[in-house]
Amino acid sequence: MRGSEGRRAEDSALITGVGRSAIGRRLRVDPWVLTADAALAAIADAGLTPDDIDGVSTYPGAFWSTPGITGAGVDDVRAMLGLNLRWHTGGGELAGQLGSIVNAVLAVAAGLATHVLCFRTVWESTAQEGYGSRSATLLGGGGTQGQPVRFGRELTQWSTPFGIGYPCYAAMEMQRRIELAGASREKYAALALVTRSYAARNEAAVYRDPLTLDQYLGARMISDPICVYDCDVPVDGSVAFVVSNAAAAGDPGRALRLEAMGSASGFDESAAMMWERTDLRPADVDLAQVYDGFSVYALRWLEALGFCGRYEALDFIEGGDRIGPTGDLPLNTGGGQLSGGRLHGYGGLLEACLQLRGEAGAHQLPTARQLAVVTSGAESFTSSLLVGAPH
Amino acid sequence: MTTRQAEHVEAAEHTAAGEVEPGQSWVEGFSRVAPPLTERTAPFWTSGADGVLRIAHCRDCGRYLHPPRPVCPACRGRDVGFDPVSGRGTVWSWTLNRYQWVPSMPPPYLVADVELVEQPGLRLLTNVVDCPPERIHVGLPVRVCFSQAGDAYIPLFRPASPASELRGAGDARE
Repeated sequence: MRGSEGRRAEDSALITGVGRSAIGRRLRVDPWVLTADAALAAIADAGLTPDDIDGVSTYPGAFWSTPGITGAGVDDVRAMLGLNLRWHTGGGELAGQLGSIVNAVLAVAAGLATHVLCFRTVWESTAQEGYGSRSATLLGGGGTQGQPVRFGRELTQWSTPFGIGYPCYAAMEMQRRIELAGASREKYAALALVTRSYAARNEAAVYRDPLTLDQYLGARMISDPICVYDCDVPVDGSVAFVVSNAAAAGDPGRALRLEAMGSASGFDESAAMMWERTDLRPADVDLAQVYDGFSVYALRWLEALGFCGRYEALDFIEGGDRIGPTGDLPLNTGGGQLSGGRLHGYGGLLEACLQLRGEAGAHQLPTARQLAVVTSGAESFTSSLLVGAPH
Repeated sequence: MTTRQAEHVEAAEHTAAGEVEPGQSWVEGFSRVAPPLTERTAPFWTSGADGVLRIAHCRDCGRYLHPPRPVCPACRGRDVGFDPVSGRGTVWSWTLNRYQWVPSMPPPYLVADVELVEQPGLRLLTNVVDCPPERIHVGLPVRVCFSQAGDAYIPLFRPASPASELRGAGDARE
Protein backbone atom coordinates (compact mmCIF):
# COMPACT_ATOMS: atom_id res chain seq x y z
CA MET A 1 0.00 0.00 0.00
CA ARG A 2 1.67 3.13 -1.19
CA GLY A 3 1.45 6.05 1.18
CA SER A 4 1.43 3.85 4.26
CA GLU A 5 5.05 4.71 5.04
CA GLY A 6 3.95 8.03 6.42
CA ARG A 7 0.70 9.35 7.77
CA ARG A 8 -2.01 9.33 5.13
CA ALA A 9 -4.00 12.53 4.69
CA GLU A 10 -7.17 10.43 4.62
CA ASP A 11 -6.61 9.33 8.23
CA SER A 12 -6.73 12.91 9.45
CA ALA A 13 -10.07 13.86 7.93
CA LEU A 14 -13.73 13.02 8.39
CA ILE A 15 -16.84 14.16 6.57
CA THR A 16 -18.76 15.57 9.51
CA GLY A 17 -21.55 17.46 7.83
CA VAL A 18 -23.83 17.02 4.84
CA GLY A 19 -26.37 19.46 3.47
CA ARG A 20 -28.35 20.33 0.39
CA SER A 21 -30.67 23.01 -0.88
CA ALA A 22 -33.86 22.47 -2.82
CA ILE A 23 -33.00 20.66 -6.06
CA GLY A 24 -35.10 21.00 -9.17
CA ARG A 25 -35.79 22.31 -12.61
CA ARG A 26 -36.35 26.01 -13.17
CA LEU A 27 -36.34 26.90 -9.48
CA ARG A 28 -35.62 30.53 -10.39
CA VAL A 29 -33.90 31.00 -7.04
CA ASP A 30 -30.81 33.12 -6.56
CA PRO A 31 -27.92 30.60 -6.61
CA TRP A 32 -26.42 32.34 -3.57
CA VAL A 33 -29.60 31.45 -1.70
CA LEU A 34 -29.24 27.82 -2.79
CA THR A 35 -25.62 27.91 -1.67
CA ALA A 36 -26.49 29.37 1.72
CA ASP A 37 -29.22 26.76 2.23
CA ALA A 38 -26.82 23.89 1.57
CA ALA A 39 -23.88 25.39 3.45
CA LEU A 40 -25.82 26.24 6.60
CA ALA A 41 -27.47 22.82 6.56
CA ALA A 42 -24.10 21.07 6.32
CA ILE A 43 -22.59 23.21 9.08
CA ALA A 44 -25.55 22.52 11.39
CA ASP A 45 -25.42 18.82 10.49
CA ALA A 46 -21.80 18.78 11.67
CA GLY A 47 -22.89 20.25 14.99
CA LEU A 48 -21.00 23.44 14.21
CA THR A 49 -21.77 27.09 13.61
CA PRO A 50 -20.38 29.28 10.82
CA ASP A 51 -17.95 30.66 13.39
CA ASP A 52 -16.27 27.23 13.48
CA ILE A 53 -15.64 27.16 9.72
CA ASP A 54 -12.10 28.22 8.90
CA GLY A 55 -11.77 26.81 5.42
CA VAL A 56 -13.74 26.80 2.16
CA SER A 57 -13.19 24.61 -0.89
CA THR A 58 -15.27 24.57 -4.05
CA TYR A 59 -15.41 23.63 -7.69
CA PRO A 60 -15.27 25.57 -9.94
CA GLY A 61 -15.28 28.91 -8.16
CA ALA A 62 -16.78 32.13 -9.37
CA PHE A 63 -15.31 32.22 -12.83
CA TRP A 64 -15.45 29.18 -15.05
CA SER A 65 -17.41 27.89 -17.96
CA THR A 66 -20.90 28.90 -18.88
CA PRO A 67 -23.72 30.63 -17.02
CA GLY A 68 -25.37 28.28 -14.58
CA ILE A 69 -22.44 25.93 -14.11
CA THR A 70 -21.20 27.88 -11.12
CA GLY A 71 -23.51 29.48 -8.60
CA ALA A 72 -21.12 31.09 -6.14
CA GLY A 73 -17.44 31.61 -5.53
CA VAL A 74 -15.36 31.19 -2.41
CA ASP A 75 -15.36 34.85 -1.60
CA ASP A 76 -19.09 35.15 -2.22
CA VAL A 77 -19.63 32.54 0.48
CA ARG A 78 -17.04 34.00 2.83
CA ALA A 79 -18.72 37.38 2.71
CA MET A 80 -22.29 36.06 2.73
CA LEU A 81 -21.85 33.81 5.78
CA GLY A 82 -19.38 36.02 7.60
CA LEU A 83 -16.68 33.37 7.67
CA ASN A 84 -13.21 33.88 9.08
CA LEU A 85 -11.05 31.81 6.78
CA ARG A 86 -7.56 30.51 7.38
CA TRP A 87 -7.48 28.60 4.09
CA HIS A 88 -9.60 28.54 0.95
CA THR A 89 -9.51 27.37 -2.63
CA GLY A 90 -11.76 27.20 -5.65
CA GLY A 91 -11.04 26.45 -9.24
CA GLY A 92 -11.86 24.51 -12.33
CA GLU A 93 -8.62 22.63 -12.82
CA LEU A 94 -9.04 20.15 -9.99
CA ALA A 95 -9.08 16.37 -9.83
CA GLY A 96 -12.68 16.23 -10.97
CA GLN A 97 -15.45 18.10 -9.20
CA LEU A 98 -14.69 16.13 -6.04
CA GLY A 99 -11.12 17.34 -6.25
CA SER A 100 -12.51 20.07 -4.03
CA ILE A 101 -13.03 17.41 -1.35
CA VAL A 102 -9.51 16.11 -1.91
CA ASN A 103 -8.20 19.62 -1.40
CA ALA A 104 -10.15 20.00 1.83
CA VAL A 105 -8.75 16.72 3.15
CA LEU A 106 -5.25 17.93 2.39
CA ALA A 107 -5.89 21.23 4.14
CA VAL A 108 -7.10 19.68 7.38
CA ALA A 109 -4.35 17.04 7.29
CA ALA A 110 -1.77 19.78 6.88
CA GLY A 111 -3.23 21.77 9.73
CA LEU A 112 -4.13 24.77 7.61
CA ALA A 113 -7.78 24.49 8.55
CA THR A 114 -9.92 22.56 11.05
CA HIS A 115 -13.40 22.61 9.51
CA VAL A 116 -13.61 23.13 5.75
CA LEU A 117 -16.92 23.94 4.08
CA CYS A 118 -17.05 22.30 0.64
CA PHE A 119 -19.81 23.27 -1.76
CA ARG A 120 -20.99 22.94 -5.34
CA THR A 121 -23.84 25.04 -6.67
CA VAL A 122 -25.43 24.76 -10.10
CA TRP A 123 -28.32 26.73 -11.58
CA GLU A 124 -28.09 25.50 -15.14
CA SER A 125 -31.79 24.84 -15.52
CA THR A 126 -32.75 28.40 -14.74
CA ALA A 127 -29.78 29.82 -16.65
CA GLN A 128 -30.87 27.95 -19.77
CA GLU A 129 -33.86 30.23 -19.98
CA GLY A 130 -31.53 33.07 -20.78
CA TYR A 131 -28.58 31.45 -22.47
CA GLY A 132 -29.53 28.07 -23.91
CA SER A 133 -27.73 24.85 -23.17
CA ARG A 134 -24.22 24.76 -21.80
CA SER A 135 -22.72 23.10 -24.83
CA ALA A 136 -24.53 25.35 -27.28
CA THR A 137 -23.44 28.36 -25.28
CA LEU A 138 -19.84 27.20 -25.37
CA LEU A 139 -20.02 26.76 -29.12
CA GLY A 140 -21.25 30.27 -29.73
CA GLY A 141 -24.98 29.73 -29.77
CA GLY A 142 -27.19 31.75 -27.51
CA GLY A 143 -30.54 31.71 -25.89
CA THR A 144 -33.64 33.58 -26.76
CA GLN A 145 -32.78 36.43 -24.42
CA GLY A 146 -29.73 38.60 -24.52
CA GLN A 147 -26.69 38.21 -26.68
CA PRO A 148 -25.04 34.93 -27.51
CA VAL A 149 -22.25 34.27 -25.10
CA ARG A 150 -18.92 33.73 -26.79
CA PHE A 151 -15.80 32.99 -24.85
CA GLY A 152 -12.91 30.61 -24.79
CA ARG A 153 -12.84 30.40 -28.58
CA GLU A 154 -9.27 29.21 -28.43
CA LEU A 155 -10.39 26.33 -26.22
CA THR A 156 -13.40 25.49 -28.36
CA GLN A 157 -11.69 25.83 -31.75
CA TRP A 158 -11.37 22.06 -31.99
CA SER A 159 -15.11 21.57 -31.63
CA THR A 160 -16.91 24.70 -32.86
CA PRO A 161 -15.93 24.54 -36.55
CA PHE A 162 -17.26 20.99 -36.62
CA GLY A 163 -20.43 21.55 -34.60
CA ILE A 164 -19.36 19.14 -31.87
CA GLY A 165 -21.19 19.30 -28.54
CA TYR A 166 -20.32 17.41 -25.36
CA PRO A 167 -22.67 14.48 -26.11
CA CYS A 168 -20.78 13.74 -29.34
CA TYR A 169 -17.71 12.61 -27.39
CA ALA A 170 -19.68 10.19 -25.24
CA ALA A 171 -21.60 9.05 -28.31
CA MET A 172 -18.37 8.06 -30.03
CA GLU A 173 -17.32 6.01 -26.99
CA MET A 174 -20.72 4.30 -27.09
CA GLN A 175 -20.49 3.70 -30.82
CA ARG A 176 -17.14 1.94 -30.49
CA ARG A 177 -18.67 -0.33 -27.87
CA ILE A 178 -21.51 -1.12 -30.28
CA GLU A 179 -19.23 -1.99 -33.17
CA LEU A 180 -16.35 -3.58 -31.28
CA ALA A 181 -17.78 -4.98 -28.03
CA GLY A 182 -21.32 -6.14 -28.71
CA ALA A 183 -23.11 -3.23 -27.09
CA SER A 184 -26.54 -2.12 -28.22
CA ARG A 185 -29.10 0.49 -27.31
CA GLU A 186 -31.13 -2.27 -25.65
CA LYS A 187 -28.19 -2.99 -23.36
CA TYR A 188 -27.36 0.66 -22.74
CA ALA A 189 -30.92 1.17 -21.56
CA ALA A 190 -30.22 -0.75 -18.34
CA LEU A 191 -28.44 2.12 -16.68
CA ALA A 192 -31.13 4.69 -17.42
CA LEU A 193 -33.89 2.31 -16.34
CA VAL A 194 -32.28 1.19 -13.08
CA THR A 195 -31.35 4.68 -11.98
CA ARG A 196 -34.82 5.94 -12.87
CA SER A 197 -36.32 3.28 -10.62
CA TYR A 198 -34.08 4.52 -7.83
CA ALA A 199 -35.13 8.10 -8.51
CA ALA A 200 -38.77 7.13 -8.13
CA ARG A 201 -38.09 6.58 -4.42
CA ASN A 202 -35.94 9.69 -3.94
CA GLU A 203 -37.97 12.80 -3.26
CA ALA A 204 -35.00 15.00 -4.18
CA ALA A 205 -34.65 13.51 -7.69
CA VAL A 206 -36.00 15.53 -10.61
CA TYR A 207 -37.30 12.79 -12.91
CA ARG A 208 -39.23 10.15 -10.97
CA ASP A 209 -41.82 8.77 -13.38
CA PRO A 210 -41.21 5.15 -14.44
CA LEU A 211 -39.16 4.70 -17.59
CA THR A 212 -39.70 1.70 -19.84
CA LEU A 213 -37.43 0.04 -22.37
CA ASP A 214 -39.81 1.07 -25.14
CA GLN A 215 -39.65 4.68 -24.00
CA TYR A 216 -35.88 4.51 -23.98
CA LEU A 217 -35.68 2.95 -27.43
CA GLY A 218 -38.15 5.47 -28.82
CA ALA A 219 -36.55 8.48 -27.18
CA ARG A 220 -35.34 11.58 -28.94
CA MET A 221 -31.84 10.99 -30.26
CA ILE A 222 -29.24 13.62 -29.44
CA SER A 223 -26.16 12.26 -31.15
CA ASP A 224 -26.52 8.62 -32.20
CA PRO A 225 -26.38 6.32 -30.29
CA ILE A 226 -26.96 8.76 -27.40
CA CYS A 227 -30.57 9.50 -26.64
CA VAL A 228 -31.93 12.03 -24.23
CA TYR A 229 -32.03 9.43 -21.41
CA ASP A 230 -28.27 8.88 -21.72
CA CYS A 231 -27.66 12.53 -20.87
CA ASP A 232 -27.79 13.91 -17.36
CA VAL A 233 -30.29 16.60 -16.50
CA PRO A 234 -29.38 20.25 -15.92
CA VAL A 235 -30.85 21.36 -12.61
CA ASP A 236 -30.65 24.04 -9.98
CA GLY A 237 -29.31 23.05 -6.60
CA SER A 238 -26.48 23.18 -4.13
CA VAL A 239 -24.78 20.47 -2.08
CA ALA A 240 -22.34 21.10 0.76
CA PHE A 241 -20.13 19.08 3.08
CA VAL A 242 -17.99 19.84 6.07
CA VAL A 243 -14.60 18.13 6.08
CA SER A 244 -13.11 18.26 9.57
CA ASN A 245 -9.86 17.38 11.19
CA ALA A 246 -10.61 14.03 12.80
CA ALA A 247 -9.26 15.18 16.14
CA ALA A 248 -11.69 18.10 16.19
CA ALA A 249 -14.80 16.30 14.96
CA GLY A 250 -17.60 16.90 17.42
CA ASP A 251 -19.73 13.79 16.96
CA PRO A 252 -17.55 11.08 15.41
CA GLY A 253 -20.46 8.69 15.70
CA ARG A 254 -22.05 10.20 12.59
CA ALA A 255 -18.91 11.16 10.74
CA LEU A 256 -17.92 9.40 7.54
CA ARG A 257 -14.42 8.10 7.05
CA LEU A 258 -12.32 8.71 3.96
CA GLU A 259 -10.66 5.38 3.37
CA ALA A 260 -8.76 6.43 0.27
CA MET A 261 -8.75 8.98 -2.48
CA GLY A 262 -7.39 9.07 -6.00
CA SER A 263 -6.54 12.39 -7.58
CA ALA A 264 -4.72 11.13 -10.67
CA SER A 265 -5.77 12.30 -14.11
CA GLY A 266 -7.77 9.71 -16.03
CA PHE A 267 -10.46 7.12 -15.24
CA ASP A 268 -8.00 4.24 -14.83
CA GLU A 269 -5.27 6.29 -13.21
CA SER A 270 -7.62 7.86 -10.67
CA ALA A 271 -9.07 4.51 -9.63
CA ALA A 272 -5.67 2.81 -9.51
CA MET A 273 -4.28 5.54 -7.28
CA MET A 274 -7.19 5.17 -4.89
CA TRP A 275 -6.64 1.41 -4.62
CA GLU A 276 -2.90 1.94 -4.12
CA ARG A 277 -3.67 3.90 -0.96
CA THR A 278 -5.67 1.21 0.81
CA ASP A 279 -5.75 -2.52 1.47
CA LEU A 280 -9.46 -2.55 0.68
CA ARG A 281 -10.41 -4.12 -2.64
CA PRO A 282 -13.33 -3.77 -5.06
CA ALA A 283 -14.97 -6.82 -3.46
CA ASP A 284 -15.18 -4.88 -0.19
CA VAL A 285 -17.30 -2.14 -1.76
CA ASP A 286 -21.05 -2.51 -1.29
CA LEU A 287 -22.26 0.81 -2.71
CA ALA A 288 -21.21 2.76 -5.82
CA GLN A 289 -21.96 6.32 -6.83
CA VAL A 290 -20.14 6.89 -10.08
CA TYR A 291 -20.21 9.89 -12.35
CA ASP A 292 -22.85 9.61 -15.03
CA GLY A 293 -22.80 12.89 -16.90
CA PHE A 294 -23.45 10.55 -19.79
CA SER A 295 -24.47 6.95 -19.18
CA VAL A 296 -21.35 5.57 -20.83
CA TYR A 297 -19.16 7.37 -18.29
CA ALA A 298 -20.72 5.30 -15.52
CA LEU A 299 -19.80 2.14 -17.45
CA ARG A 300 -16.30 3.44 -17.94
CA TRP A 301 -15.97 4.10 -14.19
CA LEU A 302 -17.15 0.60 -13.25
CA GLU A 303 -14.43 -0.79 -15.50
CA ALA A 304 -11.74 1.59 -14.24
CA LEU A 305 -12.57 0.77 -10.62
CA GLY A 306 -12.00 -2.90 -11.29
CA PHE A 307 -15.54 -4.21 -10.82
CA CYS A 308 -15.24 -5.70 -14.30
CA GLY A 309 -12.86 -5.62 -17.25
CA ARG A 310 -12.64 -3.05 -20.01
CA TYR A 311 -15.76 -3.13 -22.19
CA GLU A 312 -17.43 -5.56 -19.75
CA ALA A 313 -19.58 -3.11 -17.78
CA LEU A 314 -22.72 -3.66 -19.86
CA ASP A 315 -22.55 -7.36 -19.06
CA PHE A 316 -21.81 -6.53 -15.42
CA ILE A 317 -25.03 -4.51 -15.07
CA GLU A 318 -27.15 -6.67 -17.39
CA GLY A 319 -30.60 -7.30 -16.01
CA GLY A 320 -30.10 -4.68 -13.31
CA ASP A 321 -30.16 -7.06 -10.33
CA ARG A 322 -26.53 -6.63 -9.36
CA ILE A 323 -26.83 -2.82 -9.24
CA GLY A 324 -30.37 -2.85 -7.84
CA PRO A 325 -31.41 -2.16 -4.23
CA THR A 326 -30.75 -5.71 -3.04
CA GLY A 327 -27.77 -6.39 -5.28
CA ASP A 328 -24.11 -6.71 -4.45
CA LEU A 329 -23.36 -3.24 -5.74
CA PRO A 330 -26.28 -0.81 -5.69
CA LEU A 331 -25.36 1.90 -8.18
CA ASN A 332 -26.28 5.59 -8.22
CA THR A 333 -29.02 4.94 -5.73
CA GLY A 334 -30.44 8.46 -5.67
CA GLY A 335 -31.12 8.28 -9.38
CA GLY A 336 -27.70 9.46 -10.45
CA GLN A 337 -27.35 12.55 -12.54
CA LEU A 338 -29.41 10.90 -15.29
CA SER A 339 -32.61 11.08 -13.24
CA GLY A 340 -31.54 12.88 -10.07
CA GLY A 341 -30.06 15.91 -11.77
CA ARG A 342 -26.63 17.23 -12.63
CA LEU A 343 -25.34 18.19 -9.21
CA HIS A 344 -22.01 17.68 -10.88
CA GLY A 345 -20.21 15.10 -8.77
CA TYR A 346 -21.50 16.36 -5.44
CA GLY A 347 -24.81 14.52 -5.74
CA GLY A 348 -23.08 11.14 -5.73
CA LEU A 349 -21.15 11.94 -2.56
CA LEU A 350 -24.30 13.28 -0.91
CA GLU A 351 -26.12 10.06 -1.72
CA ALA A 352 -23.24 7.91 -0.47
CA CYS A 353 -23.14 9.78 2.84
CA LEU A 354 -26.90 9.52 3.37
CA GLN A 355 -26.94 5.79 2.62
CA LEU A 356 -23.91 5.02 4.80
CA ARG A 357 -25.49 6.93 7.69
CA GLY A 358 -28.83 5.25 7.17
CA GLU A 359 -30.46 8.62 6.61
CA ALA A 360 -31.69 8.28 3.03
CA GLY A 361 -35.30 8.19 4.14
CA ALA A 362 -37.76 6.77 1.64
CA HIS A 363 -35.02 5.51 -0.63
CA GLN A 364 -32.80 3.99 2.07
CA LEU A 365 -31.49 0.65 0.82
CA PRO A 366 -32.92 -2.39 2.61
CA THR A 367 -29.48 -3.53 3.78
CA ALA A 368 -27.03 -1.28 5.61
CA ARG A 369 -24.02 -0.46 3.48
CA GLN A 370 -20.49 -0.07 4.87
CA LEU A 371 -18.20 1.09 2.08
CA ALA A 372 -18.98 3.32 -0.87
CA VAL A 373 -16.92 4.26 -3.87
CA VAL A 374 -17.68 7.71 -5.26
CA THR A 375 -16.22 9.13 -8.44
CA SER A 376 -16.53 12.39 -10.29
CA GLY A 377 -15.56 13.67 -13.68
CA ALA A 378 -14.44 11.96 -16.85
CA GLU A 379 -11.52 11.63 -19.25
CA SER A 380 -8.56 13.55 -17.77
CA PHE A 381 -10.66 15.34 -15.14
CA THR A 382 -11.27 12.69 -12.50
CA SER A 383 -11.40 11.85 -8.81
CA SER A 384 -12.15 8.70 -6.85
CA LEU A 385 -13.10 8.50 -3.19
CA LEU A 386 -13.61 5.50 -0.94
CA VAL A 387 -15.98 6.46 1.87
CA GLY A 388 -16.64 4.36 4.96
CA ALA A 389 -19.72 4.26 7.16
CA PRO A 390 -19.51 5.75 10.66
CA HIS A 391 -17.93 3.46 13.23
CA MET B 1 8.87 5.62 -17.90
CA THR B 2 5.15 5.96 -17.53
CA THR B 3 2.69 3.97 -19.57
CA ARG B 4 1.80 7.06 -21.52
CA GLN B 5 5.41 7.81 -22.38
CA ALA B 6 5.88 4.23 -23.50
CA GLU B 7 2.88 4.58 -25.78
CA HIS B 8 4.35 7.73 -27.24
CA VAL B 9 7.68 6.06 -28.00
CA GLU B 10 5.95 3.05 -29.48
CA ALA B 11 3.79 5.31 -31.59
CA ALA B 12 6.80 7.23 -32.82
CA GLU B 13 8.52 4.04 -33.89
CA HIS B 14 5.53 3.15 -36.00
CA THR B 15 5.49 6.49 -37.75
CA ALA B 16 5.54 6.03 -41.49
CA ALA B 17 5.48 8.93 -43.88
CA GLY B 18 2.46 8.69 -46.13
CA GLU B 19 2.22 9.81 -49.67
CA VAL B 20 0.81 13.33 -49.89
CA GLU B 21 -2.10 13.71 -52.24
CA PRO B 22 -3.85 17.07 -52.14
CA GLY B 23 -7.37 16.86 -50.80
CA GLN B 24 -10.26 18.46 -52.60
CA SER B 25 -12.11 21.52 -51.48
CA TRP B 26 -15.58 20.83 -50.18
CA VAL B 27 -18.42 23.25 -50.72
CA GLU B 28 -21.22 23.19 -48.18
CA GLY B 29 -24.68 24.56 -47.79
CA PHE B 30 -23.90 26.20 -44.48
CA SER B 31 -21.13 28.37 -43.11
CA ARG B 32 -18.93 27.12 -40.32
CA VAL B 33 -17.67 29.16 -37.43
CA ALA B 34 -14.10 30.10 -38.29
CA PRO B 35 -11.53 29.22 -35.64
CA PRO B 36 -9.29 31.96 -34.28
CA LEU B 37 -5.94 31.98 -36.05
CA THR B 38 -3.25 32.18 -33.41
CA GLU B 39 0.50 31.76 -33.56
CA ARG B 40 0.08 28.28 -32.13
CA THR B 41 -2.58 27.03 -34.49
CA ALA B 42 -2.74 29.16 -37.65
CA PRO B 43 -0.44 26.87 -39.67
CA PHE B 44 -2.86 24.01 -39.03
CA TRP B 45 -5.99 25.93 -39.88
CA THR B 46 -4.60 27.56 -43.03
CA SER B 47 -2.78 24.48 -44.26
CA GLY B 48 -5.57 23.40 -46.57
CA ALA B 49 -5.10 26.42 -48.83
CA ASP B 50 -3.00 24.17 -51.09
CA GLY B 51 -5.06 21.08 -50.37
CA VAL B 52 -2.48 19.59 -48.01
CA LEU B 53 -3.07 18.75 -44.37
CA ARG B 54 -0.19 19.70 -42.11
CA ILE B 55 0.14 18.42 -38.57
CA ALA B 56 2.39 19.59 -35.76
CA HIS B 57 5.46 17.36 -35.89
CA CYS B 58 8.39 16.92 -33.56
CA ARG B 59 11.51 17.11 -35.68
CA ASP B 60 13.55 15.61 -32.84
CA CYS B 61 11.74 12.29 -32.39
CA GLY B 62 9.37 12.27 -35.33
CA ARG B 63 6.16 12.20 -33.34
CA TYR B 64 3.09 14.01 -34.64
CA LEU B 65 0.96 15.86 -32.08
CA HIS B 66 -2.55 17.18 -32.36
CA PRO B 67 -3.84 19.62 -31.22
CA PRO B 68 -0.63 21.55 -31.85
CA ARG B 69 1.57 22.26 -28.86
CA PRO B 70 5.00 23.88 -28.76
CA VAL B 71 6.65 21.00 -26.88
CA CYS B 72 6.70 17.33 -27.84
CA PRO B 73 5.06 15.39 -25.00
CA ALA B 74 7.14 12.28 -25.76
CA CYS B 75 10.71 13.62 -25.93
CA ARG B 76 10.07 17.20 -24.74
CA GLY B 77 11.72 18.38 -27.93
CA ARG B 78 11.24 22.05 -28.71
CA ASP B 79 11.65 21.81 -32.47
CA VAL B 80 7.99 21.35 -33.33
CA GLY B 81 6.85 22.43 -36.77
CA PHE B 82 4.04 21.72 -39.18
CA ASP B 83 4.70 19.05 -41.78
CA PRO B 84 2.54 17.59 -44.56
CA VAL B 85 0.75 14.30 -43.98
CA SER B 86 -0.96 12.03 -46.45
CA GLY B 87 -4.47 13.09 -45.57
CA ARG B 88 -5.45 9.45 -45.28
CA GLY B 89 -6.97 7.91 -42.17
CA THR B 90 -9.65 5.68 -40.75
CA VAL B 91 -12.74 6.42 -38.69
CA TRP B 92 -11.85 5.67 -35.05
CA SER B 93 -15.42 6.36 -34.03
CA TRP B 94 -18.33 8.42 -35.19
CA THR B 95 -21.76 9.77 -34.29
CA LEU B 96 -24.67 11.18 -36.20
CA ASN B 97 -25.27 14.46 -34.40
CA ARG B 98 -28.89 15.58 -34.38
CA TYR B 99 -28.74 18.59 -32.08
CA GLN B 100 -28.12 22.11 -33.33
CA TRP B 101 -25.09 23.22 -31.33
CA VAL B 102 -24.02 25.96 -33.71
CA PRO B 103 -26.66 28.27 -35.17
CA SER B 104 -25.15 28.12 -38.66
CA MET B 105 -24.91 24.32 -38.78
CA PRO B 106 -28.31 22.64 -39.09
CA PRO B 107 -28.20 18.96 -38.12
CA PRO B 108 -28.01 16.10 -38.77
CA TYR B 109 -24.37 15.69 -39.68
CA LEU B 110 -21.67 13.13 -39.04
CA VAL B 111 -19.06 13.84 -36.38
CA ALA B 112 -16.02 11.58 -36.33
CA ASP B 113 -12.70 11.03 -34.67
CA VAL B 114 -10.35 10.15 -37.52
CA GLU B 115 -7.07 8.38 -36.92
CA LEU B 116 -4.44 9.39 -39.45
CA VAL B 117 -2.36 6.64 -41.03
CA GLU B 118 0.88 8.33 -40.02
CA GLN B 119 0.75 7.31 -36.36
CA PRO B 120 -1.40 5.13 -34.09
CA GLY B 121 -3.49 7.35 -31.83
CA LEU B 122 -3.01 10.46 -33.98
CA ARG B 123 -6.64 11.52 -34.14
CA LEU B 124 -8.54 14.55 -35.39
CA LEU B 125 -12.06 15.49 -34.39
CA THR B 126 -13.83 16.32 -37.61
CA ASN B 127 -16.88 15.73 -39.77
CA VAL B 128 -17.25 12.98 -42.33
CA VAL B 129 -18.96 14.35 -45.43
CA ASP B 130 -20.14 12.86 -48.70
CA CYS B 131 -21.13 9.69 -46.86
CA PRO B 132 -24.62 8.33 -46.05
CA PRO B 133 -24.90 7.72 -42.30
CA GLU B 134 -25.79 4.07 -42.88
CA ARG B 135 -22.45 3.52 -44.59
CA ILE B 136 -20.08 4.93 -41.99
CA HIS B 137 -18.44 2.52 -39.56
CA VAL B 138 -15.43 2.20 -37.30
CA GLY B 139 -12.42 1.58 -39.49
CA LEU B 140 -13.81 3.22 -42.63
CA PRO B 141 -10.90 4.53 -44.75
CA VAL B 142 -11.27 8.26 -45.35
CA ARG B 143 -9.42 11.07 -47.10
CA VAL B 144 -9.12 14.70 -46.16
CA CYS B 145 -10.94 17.52 -47.91
CA PHE B 146 -11.31 21.11 -46.88
CA SER B 147 -14.13 23.57 -46.32
CA GLN B 148 -13.24 27.24 -46.22
CA ALA B 149 -14.40 29.36 -43.28
CA GLY B 150 -13.03 32.86 -43.29
CA ASP B 151 -9.28 32.54 -43.65
CA ALA B 152 -9.32 28.99 -42.34
CA TYR B 153 -9.56 25.71 -44.23
CA ILE B 154 -11.44 23.27 -42.04
CA PRO B 155 -10.16 19.72 -42.54
CA LEU B 156 -13.03 17.32 -43.17
CA PHE B 157 -12.95 13.74 -44.34
CA ARG B 158 -14.84 11.78 -46.99
CA PRO B 159 -14.80 8.09 -47.75
CA ALA B 160 -11.66 7.03 -49.59
CA SER B 161 -13.87 4.98 -51.92
CA PRO B 162 -17.01 6.33 -53.56
CA ALA B 163 -20.07 5.95 -51.35
CA SER B 164 -21.60 3.46 -53.77
CA GLU B 165 -18.73 1.07 -53.10
CA LEU B 166 -18.96 1.19 -49.30
CA ARG B 167 -20.14 -1.80 -47.35
CA GLY B 168 -23.31 -1.41 -45.40
CA ALA B 169 -22.94 -1.13 -41.65
CA GLY B 170 -26.52 -1.97 -40.83
CA ASP B 171 -25.70 -4.75 -38.39
CA ALA B 172 -23.45 -2.55 -36.37
CA ARG B 173 -25.98 0.20 -35.91
CA GLU B 174 -29.17 0.18 -33.94
